[in-house]
Amino acid sequence: MYEHDVIVVGAGGAGLRAAIAAHEAGADTALVTKLHPVRSHTGAAEGGINAALQEGDDWELHAYDTMKGSDYLGDAPAVETLAQDSPEDTMRLEHWGMPFSREEDGRVSQRPFGGLSYPRTTYAGAETGHHLLHVMYEQVVKRGIQVYDEWYVMNLATTDEPDPNDRTCHGVVAYDVQSGQIEGFKANDGVILATGGPGQAFDHTTNAVSCTGDGHAIAYRAGVPLEDMEFIQFHPTSLPSTGVLISEGVRGEGGILYNEKGERFMFEYGYANNDGELASRDVVSRAELTEVNEGRGVNDEYVYLDMRHLGEERILDRLENILHLAEDFEGVDGLVEPMPVKPGQHYAMGGIETDENGQTNIDGLYAAGECACVSVHGGNRLGGNALPELIVFGKRAGRHAAGEDLGDAQIETGYGEDVEVETDADLPVTPGEVGIEPADDGVAADGGVTADAEGLLERTVERERERVDRLMDKDDGIQHAEIRQKLQKAMTDYVNVFRTEEGIKKALKVIRECREEYQHVYVDDPSRTFNTDLQQTYETRNLIDVAETIALGALVRNEFRGAHWRKERQERDDENWLKHTLISWNGGKPDIFYRPVILEGEEKTYEPKVRSY
Amino acid sequence: MSTQQQEPETQEAPQDPEMKGAESPVDERERESGVVDQTSADDADLEGETVHLKVFRYDPEVEAKQEPRFDDFHVPFTKGMTVLDAVMYARDEYDSSLTFRHSCRQAVCGSDAFFVNGKQRLGCKTQISELEQPVRIEPLPHQEVVKDLVVDMEHFYDQMHAVEPYFQNEDTPDASALEEQRQSRENREKIKMSTRCIWCASCVSSCNIAAGDNQYLGPAAINKAYRFAMDDREPEEVKEHRLRIIEQEHGVWRCQTQFSCTEVCPKDIPLTEHIQALKREAVKKNLKFW
Ligand SMILES: Cc1cc2nc3c(=O)[nH]c(=O)nc-3n(C[C@H](O)[C@H](O)[C@H](O)COP(=O)(O)OP(=O)(O)OC[C@H]3O[C@@H](n4cnc5c(N)ncnc54)[C@H](O)[C@@H]3O)c2cc1C
Ligand code: SF4
Ligand code: FES
Repeated sequence: MYEHDVIVVGAGGAGLRAAIAAHEAGADTALVTKLHPVRSHTGAAEGGINAALQEGDDWELHAYDTMKGSDYLGDAPAVETLAQDSPEDTMRLEHWGMPFSREEDGRVSQRPFGGLSYPRTTYAGAETGHHLLHVMYEQVVKRGIQVYDEWYVMNLATTDEPDPNDRTCHGVVAYDVQSGQIEGFKANDGVILATGGPGQAFDHTTNAVSCTGDGHAIAYRAGVPLEDMEFIQFHPTSLPSTGVLISEGVRGEGGILYNEKGERFMFEYGYANNDGELASRDVVSRAELTEVNEGRGVNDEYVYLDMRHLGEERILDRLENILHLAEDFEGVDGLVEPMPVKPGQHYAMGGIETDENGQTNIDGLYAAGECACVSVHGGNRLGGNALPELIVFGKRAGRHAAGEDLGDAQIETGYGEDVEVETDADLPVTPGEVGIEPADDGVAADGGVTADAEGLLERTVERERERVDRLMDKDDGIQHAEIRQKLQKAMTDYVNVFRTEEGIKKALKVIRECREEYQHVYVDDPSRTFNTDLQQTYETRNLIDVAETIALGALVRNEFRGAHWRKERQERDDENWLKHTLISWNGGKPDIFYRPVILEGEEKTYEPKVRSY
Repeated sequence: MSTQQQEPETQEAPQDPEMKGAESPVDERERESGVVDQTSADDADLEGETVHLKVFRYDPEVEAKQEPRFDDFHVPFTKGMTVLDAVMYARDEYDSSLTFRHSCRQAVCGSDAFFVNGKQRLGCKTQISELEQPVRIEPLPHQEVVKDLVVDMEHFYDQMHAVEPYFQNEDTPDASALEEQRQSRENREKIKMSTRCIWCASCVSSCNIAAGDNQYLGPAAINKAYRFAMDDREPEEVKEHRLRIIEQEHGVWRCQTQFSCTEVCPKDIPLTEHIQALKREAVKKNLKFW
């Protein structure tokens, strides 16, 4: 068994920042991560980091923009913390050597981004995330923080009091991918989950193969509610075969979208008569899918994004990287052919419910980064607001876990008695665990001897060993890839940019089937060495749980807010829905409940306004 | 698209499987690159066809795989298919034990450098249609093979860490005053390419010197040293300290400017140029030659 004060699960931007903060606060800190840190998906971010750095800009403007962008589903204490802390934390990256783009006078450059009232997106070329990730990993190396890389975290070691709010997390159980060895990691002060997004719940996504919602699922099964899971951002221009993102820049420079018949559909079919291709991400995504659904898509799948008319010179000058992306990842020469594009899952606004100190309802358990929901993004995330979330809330979670006093949190967490419970959701099937066995519950049944952290860890390790043996001993049944593909397809077919009650119900039925099939899952690869078959089988289980919460949230929220569009009610309903959707695992029988959004900031209240972009 | 099932055929690998944690085939390095000059219009010829892959297999724990071998897979071609897409398809549809690292699918995580038709390439950044068939996919040469296409990266990481790969300036302005260290555009431009490294290890794998001298820092680590040594934000004493690290016995002077690293780098980093620039700096500083 390994032992540290603070264990950080995941080494993307959020995890690395949390580890540095906990280490600086004096805690013996370790990172446990299934990928080597520099492989994390933070490296894919291109655009930049929002921070009110310049004179003339102000954190309050950043907070205002963020709240408006969230469609009034962000919690003001979280939104204001983000805007207040981001400038200093962004500057700290510069002091750690981040190669930001520069002005003539040597200061860091900032640029405008959609939804921002001031050009405050701080960037390093078109590779901001890559540099942020590498700079923070460098600081981890400098400090000698221990990294267990290619260790897959299978579960949390959490006590099993009946009320999840009384539980304590004492560590994690992980296996060394290279050797197959399963070990407990005891955390004396806290565990911080920083496992990134759940994009692999969809079959077409800009997210990496590693974005499987592991942290979401293990926290959920241990008794932490998942919040606002229905809010998923889709990006309108991703390449069909890989999901690689083609930036807004192409449309910004004058690129046009057309359908199979060669029609410029944004205008011809009236999706956006004024803005055309420059309409907001969700409007363009829905327009593209409507074209495909009505039979005007190319190969019944995508539309074309054409930039040829801009001319070779202009393309080479401003959009050269796009040419490389189309060539390398789609085999298309953007100078001679139009590029195929379609909407792809891009970002999850929801996640593990935390307060502004990163704390969950379970003692000793924290979350930060894309896997967490503080909530700053509410119904929709503004471009450039995820990276500051990583550094601001990663830092806070690290400090708090290491014992620093950050003041009382204003955001409440946990499934308590005073919450509004959803009692008449019309569910087509029962969600949750199939034939609940105690061993499948997220918490260790330990007969009340919860005080002994080591014993708890040993029992949790034992349970995971048994699970692995079960999966590996079985010689036939169904393989994870088949279940995963079915799940991903259902999510993309029915819980995509268009959502109807009927479709979401279909998705829930398929998810139920996936759960049932998963009862028969087996791992074919007999080897303990680098068994990715085993790892993916674990991940698929997590994806099922996460996908179900997305579909449940989408079903009950009968309104159009932020990125969540419902056919039955195509407008925002502030009277009934200024509240977060939360789903509690509840021992395998999920409950849906609500908590009002907090619109009261430090000094002002944010009044909901029409979102008109 | 046809989804015809194709069981992998097994075939002996031609190299010596003696050593524990077999070395991947070095002889292949000498082979010509399998790239044929095709334009994407030729994709149409492949549409509806299958792609023939020959994939290196090895697992020290599984009896049938202890002897390294090549398995054949026939994967239905789709437009835009990359080498990574093809091996993922083979794994998901035919053999779930086929093992390789991958994550981002967009050339930023550096996980999936393989030896494809005799050249180090990122699987996700290589279009199948540009390769001669059968497409031969092997682990990176000169690295210990853990299983199938997975090599042990520890030595690579050790070399990267050996150059103190982190910014060093004890005298930064106060962050709470929101004041940055100034850096000129020219200086940023100078280090720009060097900061693009994704730690894929293609360069080291292609380097003859690294193959012969296990302690040689290698192009990626030296490039990392360049990235900091040339950054004007670090003080002069730190720069000197950095030059001492790279001019040691197994440092820059080992490089014989063969350009193989520069040729394979998927991020187009002018590695050889950077190594040469550091040599010049070391000479300027009057540091000793090896
Ligand atoms: C293409 C793209 C472009 C983007 N551009 C921008 C932008 O310009 N600006 C912006 O603000 N945001 C952007 N975003 C969003 C932003 O990049 C992500 O939200 C953010 O990087 C997520 O960081 P993270 O640290 O939470 O997770 P990640 O970087 O995904 O890291 C997750 C970590 O968790 C580990 N992990 C996961 N599961 C386990 C497990 N079971 N056991 C052990 N370890 C585990 C992984 O190894 C990894 O280290 C973009 C996103 C994408 C996909
Ligand atoms: S220098 Fe290029 S080839 Fe070498 S590790 Fe970095 S990205 Fe890969
Ligand atoms: S999968 Fe990340 S570089 Fe290829």
